[in-house]
Amino acid sequence: MSDTVIQIENLGKSYRLNHEAQERYVALRDVIARKIKGIIIKPKPKKMSQTEEFWAVKNISFDINRGDVVGIIGRNGAGKSTLLKLLSRITEPTTGRIRIRGTVASLLEVGTGFHPELTGRENIFLNGAILGMQREDIRRKFDEIVAFAEVERFLDTPIKRYSSGMSVRLAFAVAAHLEPEILIIDEVLAVGDAAFQKRCMGKMGEVSKNEGRTVLFVSHQMAAVENLCKTGIMLERGTVVEKGPASDVIKKYITGLSELSKISLADRADRKGSGEIQFTSVALQNGKRETVNSFTSGEKSIFVLKYNNIAKRDISQLDVEVRIETYRGHRLILLKSEMCGKGFDLIPKDNDTIEVHIDRLPLAPGRYCTTLFVTLKGDIVDWVKEAWFFDVEPGDFYGTGKLPPEEDGLILTPHHFHVPI
Amino acid sequence: MITSETVQNREETGFSQEIVIEAGKTELHYWRDLWRYRELFYFLAWRDILVRYKQTAIGIAWAVVQPLTTTFVSIFIFKLIAKLPSDGPYPVMVLAAQLPWQFFSRGLSEASNSLISNTNLISKIYFPRLIIPASSVITALIDFLISAVLLAVVMFYYHFSPEYLFTPDWHVVTLPIFLLLAIGAAMGAGLWFAALNVAYRDFRYIVPFIITVGASISPVGFSSAIIPEKWRLLYSLNPLVGVIDGFRYALLGKYSPPLYLPAQAVSLGFILIVLVTGILYFRSTEKRFADVI
Repeated sequence: MSDTVIQIENLGKSYRLNHEAQERYVALRDVIARKIKGIIIKPKPKKMSQTEEFWAVKNISFDINRGDVVGIIGRNGAGKSTLLKLLSRITEPTTGRIRIRGTVASLLEVGTGFHPELTGRENIFLNGAILGMQREDIRRKFDEIVAFAEVERFLDTPIKRYSSGMSVRLAFAVAAHLEPEILIIDEVLAVGDAAFQKRCMGKMGEVSKNEGRTVLFVSHQMAAVENLCKTGIMLERGTVVEKGPASDVIKKYITGLSELSKISLADRADRKGSGEIQFTSVALQNGKRETVNSFTSGEKSIFVLKYNNIAKRDISQLDVEVRIETYRGHRLILLKSEMCGKGFDLIPKDNDTIEVHIDRLPLAPGRYCTTLFVTLKGDIVDWVKEAWFFDVEPGDFYGTGKLPPEEDGLILTPHHFHVPI
Repeated sequence: MITSETVQNREETGFSQEIVIEAGKTELHYWRDLWRYRELFYFLAWRDILVRYKQTAIGIAWAVVQPLTTTFVSIFIFKLIAKLPSDGPYPVMVLAAQLPWQFFSRGLSEASNSLISNTNLISKIYFPRLIIPASSVITALIDFLISAVLLAVVMFYYHFSPEYLFTPDWHVVTLPIFLLLAIGAAMGAGLWFAALNVAYRDFRYIVPFIITVGASISPVGFSSAIIPEKWRLLYSLNPLVGVIDGFRYALLGKYSPPLYLPAQAVSLGFILIVLVTGILYFRSTEKRFADVI
């Protein structure tokens, strides 16, 4: 029985990148000025390199069957979001076609269209309508939505007075009570507190298992994908590189991540931020200031970060975050210069090194991933996800001569057991 | 890009609809989609109205204060200083023009900004984009209805004024026609400007300028009958001339000069052209909105 609900054939989407125009948008005055210039001065033959086609998604073909829960993974810029936008009809494909059988609801953001001035009640109706629910459906499910979001007492309060957690709960509650045959979700679980995230995951699992819905789920959190999805699709540079059982695809993705570490930080193009300051390399050092290939549990560990101060100005109010994560995207430790007490006041313009010292590395043996997030006066200047990787070798964390086992807990903490007599 | 067709043998397949998304095929079922998303249209208009009257502290009063002030200013300038002739009670004559003019200018400016201010919707959700400027125009219509109450009060006052004993006559039944004309004008120009606003971000500086110029060349404070005959047709290229003359014709009853039909035809034709080209232009740029906004 052919039970294909989504059929994608040779799908492609290209954007035109204009290298000459650096503006984010087109201004009429520039267009007019250019036209006038063109009339007065004879137009030169066009340089070919000025515009370049960029394929955000290219040659993608796959089928999804009814009831499948599919996780789409890939690094930043792999084309995941573009693919979801194409599937939810927000943007038009350049080539190929998509056939979708059944009603679709796409949730590319929680609380799309929420208006801060409106009350919780009003926003439920508005958001429901935006997500394609009929007024009757919303009315019928209203109590359920309110109960799920736990906002009964604040129904008639404008949501600008809600805490961010509350509005996220409300938004997800509305979305969770949609009844489409196909649900498209983009990283929405990355918000909300842990307990609520767990409930959302439960709800999503329920939706797909019990009600036979088809779910397409994009996430950076490998753990979430692993829990929810049977099938995984991995994208890289706009094309599908792997499709199969979720756990296999995730393994492949993780292996791919370590490949990434071979690329030097300076050459990484998948970064965000203004670029005023750009980090170019990282080295690991031990307590004796020797450059090492890996750290050791319980030892002093130093990240030596080199950066390029492009503006060549003195730096003040710099905040550097080094986030240590597992491969599955769980953040374990946040090292943040502003948080640990002594931030940076003024860094002279010819400095190019920042060091992060960890006195006793509390990580169990294994391989870890780091994200670098740097702000200057509150603006992001450099942000590289999965910026580098490092291995931790077994070490004598507890000073007992016994090495903590690999794969049995990731975090080490000094502790003791005793019998109270 | 999108064609959606209801699968006929629903029981057999178990699916309620099939959508085919393909390059360059937006056109096919656009109007049916528009109908499908009518619910969203109501909700967006409802949201704008709610927000509008919640945010302004004086709320509904705003819709009354604004035409009232401009009417006083007009009385002062055109009646007391310039001593222009008036058709019937001057305040009624001015308000009858003030209402459609303010509806038009508000509808136009809000429709032009509507796409930009709903960026998050456009980049996250699919729906026929035409809904957004259309619902802004409808929001402006609510203000119009509130101001209409003011006009009714003023007309009622002149009904008892011994100088005029003012009563509208059967002409009033033609009012909906001219209101439609006003909606068409606001919608047509609004669609053009909304789409241009997305394509060229500095276009928004032009809209207030157009509205200011429009306010001074539209016959709000005076009767268009004072325009010399030979200029009347050219003057009617301003689509609001037809609308305002029509409103006065409908509301002033026996005091109104007869409708100058050639001018009406010119205005109507111009509004239709703007509306049709507006829809076409909007439709042709619509599919790129999410990419450039």
